[in-house]
Amino acid sequence: MDWNNLFSGLDRHTLDGITRGSIYALVALGYTMVYGVMKLINFAHSEVFMVGTWAVLGTYTVFGATTGMGLGMIILATFAALLVAMLASAGTALAVERIAYRPLRKKGAPPLIFLITGIGCSIVLVEVFGQVLRAFFGPPFGRVLVDIPIVLPTKVLFTIPGIDLAISNTRVIIILGAIIMMVALDFFVNKSRLGRGVRAVAQDPDTASLMGVNRERVIMLVFVLGGAMAGVAALLYTIQYDSTKFDVGFIIGLKAFTAAVLGGIGNLRGALVGGLILGIVEVYGSALWDSSWTNVFAFVVLVLVLMFRPTGLLGESLGKARA
Amino acid sequence: MPDLSKPESTTHHAADEPLTVAPDTSDHDVLTMDVGPEGETLLEIDHVTLRFGGVVALNDVNFSIKRGEILGLIGPNGAGKTTCFNVMTGVYTPTSGEVRLSGKVISGTKPHKINALGIARTFQNIRLFPEMSALENVMVGCDARHKTSVLGALFRAYRIRPDEADMPTSPLRRKFAQVFGVSRHTVEERSGRRKSMELLKFVGIADRAHELSRNLPYGYQRRLEIARALATEPELICLDEPAAGFNPAEKEDLMDLIRRIRDLGHTVLVIEHDMKLVLGVTDRIVVLEFGQKIAEGSPEDVARDPKVIAAYLGEPDDAA
Amino acid sequence: MSTVSDAYRGLRLGDRWNQAPQWTRRVGMLLVIAFAFYLPFLNILPFAYIRTDLSSSGSDWASVLFLVVVYMIVAVGLNVVIGLAGLLDLGYVGFYALGAYSVALFGSPSSPVVEAIQAKFGLSEEWAVPFAICIPIAILIALVAGVILGAPTLRLRGDYLAIVTLGFGEIIRITARNLDFVTNGATGISGVPVPPGPEIDGRAFFNTIDAHRWYWLALTILIILIWMAFRLEHSRVGRAWLAIREDEDAAAIMGVAAFKYKLWAFAIGATLGGLAGLLFGSKQQYVEPNAFMVNLSFLFVAMVVIGGSGNVYGVLLGAFLLTYLPERFREFQEWRPFAFGLALVVVMILRPQGLVPSRRRAREFEDRKVEAEEAAADA
Repeated sequence: MDWNNLFSGLDRHTLDGITRGSIYALVALGYTMVYGVMKLINFAHSEVFMVGTWAVLGTYTVFGATTGMGLGMIILATFAALLVAMLASAGTALAVERIAYRPLRKKGAPPLIFLITGIGCSIVLVEVFGQVLRAFFGPPFGRVLVDIPIVLPTKVLFTIPGIDLAISNTRVIIILGAIIMMVALDFFVNKSRLGRGVRAVAQDPDTASLMGVNRERVIMLVFVLGGAMAGVAALLYTIQYDSTKFDVGFIIGLKAFTAAVLGGIGNLRGALVGGLILGIVEVYGSALWDSSWTNVFAFVVLVLVLMFRPTGLLGESLGKARA
Repeated sequence: MPDLSKPESTTHHAADEPLTVAPDTSDHDVLTMDVGPEGETLLEIDHVTLRFGGVVALNDVNFSIKRGEILGLIGPNGAGKTTCFNVMTGVYTPTSGEVRLSGKVISGTKPHKINALGIARTFQNIRLFPEMSALENVMVGCDARHKTSVLGALFRAYRIRPDEADMPTSPLRRKFAQVFGVSRHTVEERSGRRKSMELLKFVGIADRAHELSRNLPYGYQRRLEIARALATEPELICLDEPAAGFNPAEKEDLMDLIRRIRDLGHTVLVIEHDMKLVLGVTDRIVVLEFGQKIAEGSPEDVARDPKVIAAYLGEPDDAA
Repeated sequence: MSTVSDAYRGLRLGDRWNQAPQWTRRVGMLLVIAFAFYLPFLNILPFAYIRTDLSSSGSDWASVLFLVVVYMIVAVGLNVVIGLAGLLDLGYVGFYALGAYSVALFGSPSSPVVEAIQAKFGLSEEWAVPFAICIPIAILIALVAGVILGAPTLRLRGDYLAIVTLGFGEIIRITARNLDFVTNGATGISGVPVPPGPEIDGRAFFNTIDAHRWYWLALTILIILIWMAFRLEHSRVGRAWLAIREDEDAAAIMGVAAFKYKLWAFAIGATLGGLAGLLFGSKQQYVEPNAFMVNLSFLFVAMVVIGGSGNVYGVLLGAFLLTYLPERFREFQEWRPFAFGLALVVVMILRPQGLVPSRRRAREFEDRKVEAEEAAADA
């Protein structure tokens, strides 16, 4: 174990972890909300994220955005990409719900069938970008890594004196962006009328519908919100990693799901906590051991949490007023 | 004496098939229990309290059941009667106090182990295995007493020499069985099937033994639950509102069935709302209200007890 | 779709089969088995069109048949877990991998484990654990893994169990990939032994050319395993599993030791998965981590669920379709995953009980549908 590697760059690693964790947290929100309201693990959510990254690429292509544009254009292109990604992801999430999950709900299918169908949708979406679209349109689709233009150049904003840690603009945007979206969502769920409906259905679907809450609407809303968050995550991801792939969803989705479970599935604030912890643990781990074991961490954490504390750190509780 | 009979349950399908109780043609030798002496204490609920967070479901409940008696457990809705059953069968662990069976502490033991020790029950809202036939439901109960393990069912290596009744009839197989014995799995399957049919006859529903339990009429389902519980050879059988939704004729048959169950050697604990049934069939009664025992004694004493009457009817407004 | 199934139901094949006298059923079964053994030599047109090696790019027919049977073994094992005991297992590839790696690690002279033993005891470089001993080793490892995985997790809720098993499957694969000094990492282990047999034509009995022998071996094993699975299903164990699926709490109160039976189902499933993996690794004579990706777990579950969980014939059909069809239409290789995902979604939405569900399962699905419709009407 390379302790030296860890401690000599602890500040850097921690910042890295928080950055990663923010992205995981945003995607985790989708898993956690859907689970809280429907007790369903939505396997297709990882692809909802993936679609968002392609939407970003598409927007930049349409704008003709490249590196080295003026500040005004940068802001415009980035915001446009953000909006398009949120729409695309939310739309994909909603489509999966209507096409796949809704008919199963009507049939009262057992949970295993929902899981399998989710897996099927996930595979279909992956293959749409990996094979189908390639067959029709050729590149950039296909089973290859695709570059995304670096619209937002990385610049060091300031350096923390003493520990000599450089804070770049991209990191600030990612971390702040994630926090802002999560606070907004939290506010929405806890303070708004629609949000109350969400919490009611999460706690007790039958009573909620007796009280006039339309369960189907709440479910659609939750998918849309979760999808939108994944869209934001997609944009932030492209800022950090400037590339995407047809199967990028799998790993990110898995880690986000682990984060959701770690924080407490069904618990919004848990998604944030879980995401940050997972991101940090991951980066520390790759510093200590060699990075090929990084992905195992996510699985090991997942398995251990589910075995010994399945309700997660903050507990299952989309229904409760205080997360 | 006020008539404390509950009005007819709305779930009873009165237009259902008329309940023709088949006469008991079962082989009582197969079903009779081999138990200890009558009158000794079988089950003790020793100052049991059960708390769920802030709610006190059972508050210092204390009573015992003697072997061979039919004990009634009554009280208004929400008094804690079914909760008592759940504590006895291991679904809940008491917050304080103990439950003892023949002197041995059983509170805190898992349900299937408690069943092995000798307590079985039926459920207030019937919990049969819907996709199994009546016979299969009862066979699950018989399995509880069988010794065949998973490997035994797979490899059938443990052979025994069965008695005449279980020997195969065709000559080739007979020869084989004489040399190699018959697997314990096969013997237990056969005897389980036989015993299950006897139990179905005992409760009077053998004519529909192979029908899916979810297709059976309501009265049959209730009695099937009793047959299934009896199959586990319990010393104490707990019946949770066995007459709910029955008409008076059916209730008469049920009272007769309960007595016959006691005659086989089982001890019976009955939760019921129908006072006529309770007063008619039980030897002793325990009364619960709001999780506490408020009365105990012979049916006549309990029926006259003012506390009991007040619990069911409420206090008049001008009483102190 | 429903007209087809109505017509099929009109034929009442199932009923006619069940009502036929026993000797008819026996003879029929023997004919089917005989036909199965004959399959590698099927050359009569038009039946020969089912072969996969009609074109030059097609895979060897007997090898495809072998893989179909290996996956059928997987399907039978997973059917015990998912269909009979009602447990969600998304990481079955882990046991499959353990079986394959067991025979490779102990049976191949070039595996790091064997080389370590050779060095320690001064044995020749050709020495390795004989194939016959590798079999119980593989079974034991898979079994123990099943128990280790199941013991802490079987009390979890269904969907949590699914995720834990998924994680387990991936942990096995990634560990195999990273633990270089034990498993040779991504390079894999070659020289995996084959079952012993007489030398014919200067070749070992089981080799890469005479694939039909592998197929017959696997088929024999499959038939034995199916027979054993039937035995279990029609015993107190099968009843216990059914009772647990229907109402676990009531079953416990009626004396069914639920945890024990669930763990047994898991262990049995693990063992069968390991056996299948052993056969696979042995025929390939080469084992590497990339053969055990998570998609394979999904394929396995799909076989059971699409075929008709709970029904042995159904899962055999599922295994056959999902293995044979992609091979038969190999020219569309790039489209295979897409077709698979689509098939999964379509079948689950239109016919969630599977193509050939067990009677009980079909009824369960009907019940749930009626309940859901009533609930929707009330709401």
